[in-house]
Amino acid sequence: MHYRTNPALLRGMTQSRSVTRRDALRLAGLSAAGLALSACGVQGQKVAPPKQDAVAAYWASKKKNGTLRFANWPLYIDKDGKRYPSLEMFTADTGIQVSYQEAIQDNGTFFGKAQPLLAANNDIGYDLMVMTNGLHLGKAIDLGYLVPLDHSKLPNFAANAAPKVKNPTWDPNNTYTIPWTIGLTGIAYNPKYVDEVKSMQDLWNPKYKGKVGMMLDAQEIGNFGMFALGIDPDKSTEADWKKAGEKLQQQRDAGLVRKYYENDYVDALARGDIWITMAWSGDIFQQVAEGKDLRFVVPEEGATIWTDNMCIPKTAQNPVDALTLMDYVYQPKIATMLVEYINYITPVPATKDLVLADAAKASGDDKKALEQIANSPMIYPSESDMAKLRSYKALNAAEEKVFKGIFQPITQG
Amino acid sequence: MKRLTPYLLILPGGLWLAIFLVVPMVFMASVSTQEGDTVNGFVQTFNFSIFGDVLTQYQTQFLRSVGYGLAGTAIAIALAYPVAYWIAFKGGRRKSTYLLLVLLPFFVSFVLRTVSWKFLLADDGMVLGPLKSAGLLPADFHVLQTTVAVIGGLVYNYLPFMILPIYVALERVDPRVIEAAQDLYASRRGAFTKVVLPLSLPGVFAGVLMTFVPMTSDYVNASLLGGPANTMIGNIIQTAYLQNNDYPTAAALSFMLMAAMLIGIFAYARALGTENVLEAAAR
Repeated sequence: MHYRTNPALLRGMTQSRSVTRRDALRLAGLSAAGLALSACGVQGQKVAPPKQDAVAAYWASKKKNGTLRFANWPLYIDKDGKRYPSLEMFTADTGIQVSYQEAIQDNGTFFGKAQPLLAANNDIGYDLMVMTNGLHLGKAIDLGYLVPLDHSKLPNFAANAAPKVKNPTWDPNNTYTIPWTIGLTGIAYNPKYVDEVKSMQDLWNPKYKGKVGMMLDAQEIGNFGMFALGIDPDKSTEADWKKAGEKLQQQRDAGLVRKYYENDYVDALARGDIWITMAWSGDIFQQVAEGKDLRFVVPEEGATIWTDNMCIPKTAQNPVDALTLMDYVYQPKIATMLVEYINYITPVPATKDLVLADAAKASGDDKKALEQIANSPMIYPSESDMAKLRSYKALNAAEEKVFKGIFQPITQG
Repeated sequence: MKRLTPYLLILPGGLWLAIFLVVPMVFMASVSTQEGDTVNGFVQTFNFSIFGDVLTQYQTQFLRSVGYGLAGTAIAIALAYPVAYWIAFKGGRRKSTYLLLVLLPFFVSFVLRTVSWKFLLADDGMVLGPLKSAGLLPADFHVLQTTVAVIGGLVYNYLPFMILPIYVALERVDPRVIEAAQDLYASRRGAFTKVVLPLSLPGVFAGVLMTFVPMTSDYVNASLLGGPANTMIGNIIQTAYLQNNDYPTAAALSFMLMAAMLIGIFAYARALGTENVLEAAAR
């Protein structure tokens, strides 16, 4: 296995996952993008939920075409030079050629580009795409942009996916999506300055005045405000949001928060500008893998788990091929190849033993890296961690407005 | 045909303005009075109360942006004038080299240069770290995420736009005018305040236009170098467009920002003489 160089930097520079994780380098094109978005912003038509026979009706006439266009995020598939070993195996086993594009930098921009095409029923150029559960995926489902999945063609998913990833609240019964990979939002700290962190309350600890990093994303920060008050974000109400907003405002008013970060908190943490911060698990894993001394914890009150999901746009030209790949990656052998590269949580728990088996065969740095992966609570969270994980609440348009109205003024004072 | 010539000559520029300024402004004004959301669509409701609403809601950020723009512009004048003066009068044969040095940072992306400041000014970084360990600064001293950092970043990024017009104005001051003033018993100081400074003012005016407007609408410096209390109006607009898909709010804010700028610029040009300003800006 070739361990790639400096993945954290590449990922930090190129990859943003949640709604607000924009890439600073793309800010320059903003006004143009704003206009383009506003130009397409006047459409919108909510559709009725799919009928009972929608799955059968959609799939009845679809055939395998032997080709597939896959849009994914940067550094989100195993890569050996210019080759993608798992996709090559897929082609060898199924005869389907894959055109793989690292086309998605963040949900908002990708959805913004695809939306007008989907609204007009035009091909978006991809048959399979990966979107994070959250506001944009919610909109894609509400607007009827996704194909309902034929679960009779997903036996590997049924057999090998972790129970925790099945039937998520944002997509009951995995009607439209199945996970590609999963991550946590928890707390990271720099042990040079901070002894030990166990609780959300440490983000409110006056000892760390001016050294606390929080996230800019309304949903991420709102969730943490709720956790700190012992509220489950997934089951929260407007009254809970207001209480959480007050809690977060206190934190800000006390001068604890150094900054509300997008994806640049990792560098700030490593440099010592902040000592303790909200963080995404994969970011910290990669820093640790590079030898930085940082820690990631799932606080005792809980943490959020988010999922990047595979889904098929309704204008897909090769939906059968897309569905074939969705199931193919749920074979433990293939999922292992993916997790060894991606370093986020895999939806296939059986991979842990296979990674350990690979480690036993490997030597030197590769062996160490593989053991680190198999033993990391950031990639294979423990049962007790898993029990503490909560999902994002699925917000409809009206709720989103209220929710953001509560949490955004805190970060944008 | 002859009567049409001026209109034909103005056509390319006029079209440019129409397509890239007037059409977007009209479009923005239209979007700003719509209501709705992305899922259910937006409907034109001529909801003009939005302007009052966003102004009340984001008053702080508006005022802060203007304040940062004014402070940044003033500092830029103070820094740029001596530099421009020195290059124009003492630069000698190396003038163009010095001008190149002023422009050199532009060969690197704006965002990358701003990001570099984060590394230079890190709390325990290469500048502050040694000073702190030497006991010259308190341990919790920091520059990043302060107003100083944001205004400093603005000045750094837009300084050349101030230096160049002032330089151009000073460069056109005939040295013999200064000699003449001195022949007429003006002190060095008198020659500067009575002769050189007034002759260079159009350059300063042009510089103000070229720095104040982009500084006020800038959002990169605030988002990279600023903290919770440094949000500028550009950041609000960006969030409204890209994260909230709240196009009416974003359009209303953008429209008001542009309108305020245009009114300000015209008032300024009017008070200080349009010809001078436009002439200096055109040079």
